Formats: sequence, C-alpha cells, structure tokens
Amino acid sequence: MTDAVPTSPADPFPKTLWPRIAAFALLAYVIYACAQLDISFARVETGLENASRFFSRLFPPNFARWELLVKGLLESLQIAVLATTLGIALALPVGLAGARNLMPAWVSWPARALIVVARSLHPVIVAILFVKAVGFGALAGVLALTVASIGFIGKLFTEAIEEISPKQVEAVRATGAPFASVLAFGVMPQVFSRFIGFATYQLDSNLRNSTMVGIVGAGGIGGTLFAAFQRFDYDFVCAILIAIISLIMLGELFATAVRAIFIDGASLADLFRRRGASHRDRLVEDD
Amino acid sequence: MLTLRHLSKSYVPGKPVLQDIDLDIAAEGLTAIIGPSGTGKSTLIRCINRLVEPSAGAILFEGTDLARLSGRALRHARRHIGMVFQEYNLVERLTVMENLLCGRLGYVGAWKAWRRKFPPEDIRRALDLLDVVGLAGFAHRRADALSGGQRQRVGIARAVMQEPHLLLADEPTSSLDPKTSVEIMQLLADVARSRSIPVVINMHDVGLATRFADRIVGMSGGRVVYDGPPAGLGDAILKQIYGGEDWLQ
Repeated sequence: MTDAVPTSPADPFPKTLWPRIAAFALLAYVIYACAQLDISFARVETGLENASRFFSRLFPPNFARWELLVKGLLESLQIAVLATTLGIALALPVGLAGARNLMPAWVSWPARALIVVARSLHPVIVAILFVKAVGFGALAGVLALTVASIGFIGKLFTEAIEEISPKQVEAVRATGAPFASVLAFGVMPQVFSRFIGFATYQLDSNLRNSTMVGIVGAGGIGGTLFAAFQRFDYDFVCAILIAIISLIMLGELFATAVRAIFIDGASLADLFRRRGASHRDRLVEDD
Repeated sequence: MLTLRHLSKSYVPGKPVLQDIDLDIAAEGLTAIIGPSGTGKSTLIRCINRLVEPSAGAILFEGTDLARLSGRALRHARRHIGMVFQEYNLVERLTVMENLLCGRLGYVGAWKAWRRKFPPEDIRRALDLLDVVGLAGFAHRRADALSGGQRQRVGIARAVMQEPHLLLADEPTSSLDPKTSVEIMQLLADVARSRSIPVVINMHDVGLATRFADRIVGMSGGRVVYDGPPAGLGDAILKQIYGGEDWLQ
C-alpha cells in the first residue's frame, strides 16, 4: 500500500479550510460552555463523590413495599395500553386524511396541521396541561400519551400511505370499486405490516412514557418513584427502577412477538422454536 | 359499442398527446393499437375508462358518454370495462384469490369487502377462472410470489371477473419474454372469442399485433394514421407510423 503514490502531482485529498475552521470553532465553544456552566475538574470530582454515596445507598434494592410497586406498575401498564388503543383509533383516520395522494388539499392540510401540533410538545408538557385541565390521576396520563400517539402514528401512517405504489391502487380503482373498497384492497394491504410496526413501537414508547407522566401527577409508577426520591428512600427507588426495566423488557418481547406474527406470518409455536436471525431474514425479504 | 369522437388530451396546455381521435370499436374482435413509445397509446386507452381525464371529446360506450360521468355513475360504468396493465398492477401483498375478487369490488359493498365476505358464486367463478388461465391451485399464493407470466394471467383473470363488456389492455406483453408474450396474447384472444367481447390492446410489437389482431390501428404523433386489417399494414405504412426504415430490414 505504501507505493500507492498518486500519479498526479496534485494532492488527491486537498486540505480544505472551512471544515477546519468549523471544527476549531466547535472546540472553542465546548470550552466556553464548560466555563460558563462552571463545569470544572473540581466540580466533576465532588460530583463523583456524591454519586458514589448515592449509588451505595441504592443497594440492596428494597422490595418491602411491593404492593405499592405493583399497583403503580399496573396503573402505568393500563395507561400505556389505553393511550395506545385510543391513539391508534384516532391516528388511523387522521393519518389517512393527511395522505396527499388520496385526499384533496382541503382535507390533508388540516389533518397534517393536527399531527404537527400533537407532535410539537413533549409528552411531559402535555401531561402537565392535562393535569391542570382534568385534575390529578391516570386520566391525564392517558390523554397526554394519546396525543403523543396520534402525532407519532399519524405522521408515520401518512408517510407510509404516500409511499404506496399507485399502480396497485389504480388497478383496483379501474374495476369500479367504491373508495372504501379501494382502501381495503388497494391501500391497506400495502401499509398494514408497516402499521403494525408503528403500533408496537408506539406501545413500547407509551410504556416508557407512562412510567414518567406520574412525576407530574398524571398517574402510574412515576408518582411512586418521585415520592421515593423526595423521601430519600433510595433502596425503594432502586426497586422501582428494576421493576420499570423489567416491564419495558417484557413490553419489548411482546412487541417483537406481535411483529413476528403479523408481519412475518409466524405462528405462536414458531416464536418459541426459532428466535433471532431466521426471522429477521424473512422480515427483510418481506419488505 | 365504443365510439370515440374528437377525443383530445394534453397534460401540458398547448402540447396535445392525443389530437382529435375518432374511433369506432365493434361489438367483437381484437383491436391492436400500435405506434412508437410516447405517441399517446396508453393515454388513449386510459381515457376510455377515465383513469386519465380527457381534455375534450366524447367517449360513447353502451349509449352513455363516459367523458361526462362522475362519482357513482362513473364507477358503475367502470365495472363493465376490464383492464389489463403492462406491469400487471396486482396488489402484491394479497393472495391470488383476493386479487381476483378485486374484480367484484364494484358489486360487493365496502363493508363486506373489508370483511372479505364475497358471495360464494364469485369465489366459485374465481376458482374456475384460475383453471382457465392455467393457475389452478394458486388461489392462496401471494401475488408477489408469482412469475411475470403468472402475474399477467392473474391480471387477465381479475379483469374477466368483472364480466366486462369491453376489455382494455395496456401493453400487456411488454414486460414478458417472447414465448410468454405469445401465450398471453393467445389468452386475451381466447377471452375475446369465448365471451364475444371487444378487446382493445396497446402494443408496440408489430409481429404479435398482426398475428393476433383482427384490426390494427396505427398511431403516430397523437393521431390515427392507419386503421384497417393486419394484411394492409405494408412497409410504407409502418414507416409512416414508426418513422425511419432501417428497422424494417
């Protein structure tokens, strides 16, 4: 490789000026920001000391108040499932209405605007708004995550519909099929597997967010977690964190199974027989 | 049966793709429309069932002017016009049976269609048709698992499921190999004869057109330049349709 001397005298990789200036500017800004925020070596050192004390108090986790823990987890799960179901039910028509290849502009623009609004605020902010509006408790959490689901699924569903092959739709239309049947036979088959993907991802995401909306009083395990933090019950905090991680992992397994069944056509028995590579291969082929 | 009068289409104002087409299609027989690419053959055939909106002119089919229809009336007219596409246009992720039943969507209510509740006679007819097109046993295969020739057979069967009074085919053999092309043309000719319906086919393969068609319509520059039996299609006329002459050697 050492003899790979360029035949032309010109350097094949000319040193450009602007990227270097940009890199230097970024470095300068990082140093400036550290100084501004008072992030110094000494500050990191005291931080680490504090962290080691905190982490030592986390262990061993204390599951003594497991009833409170389970109640919170179940509430989070319920919030997630309700919000996902309601979110999907509302996102389907909104997402369909937003597809510019099927809908006239006067339908698609309002639908798109609604999706943008639903996506623009973080679920925690929306949860605070709903807590103020409908009061403390799980209802506020369900509503907040429903809004988030409409935004996410609505946007992706709209995009999926806009990417479908118009030829297949044209052929169904040419048979004299009414619009609803064109949707059933020309559009849905093309987007269904992607839609299952979005829905399971959203369930996963809602499950994670449902553990958090409790912090602002919108129900679920988050409230329990926040209270434990404030009472310095760090061993209970640890127990809650372990429980949340387990719940999310179970949710992920469930989502994978649903995707395998709907997208991949696997049977329930297949799921236990072969995992991983073999079905991932078929997934790729399917798309 | 089908009468086109002064049919014109321009996608861009001032650049007509079809200019003042007058054409009468009789109640039976296979008509091939030939001509070079970009001469408006596809546009012409798509104007007939209004997949493309004509700019001007009349499309008289069974006593109504299709150019003036909209909404439900247009959908009802489309039910009687079957269409076969160059790239088959099957719904890839549906089974062969579901693709065939697409041909009945004009007759089955949308709610029933969503739940796949088709009348049993439709399903029986679909199975019979699969037999006719040589795909017996393929009903539950997904369309994307078929070869090109098989897909086009499904495409034809879907169109025939409509019990059409007129069959349109837009370059049905252009994506197929020569042997399969002949088989597909034979199948379309059989459909035309056994059902006594007119079939209008766009194609650019002159050999296939003269072999199967009862009538040839030659188009060039958005106009009809030849209309007559295959036998009358001499070199002079082909030169007029396609331009040049080197390819005729």
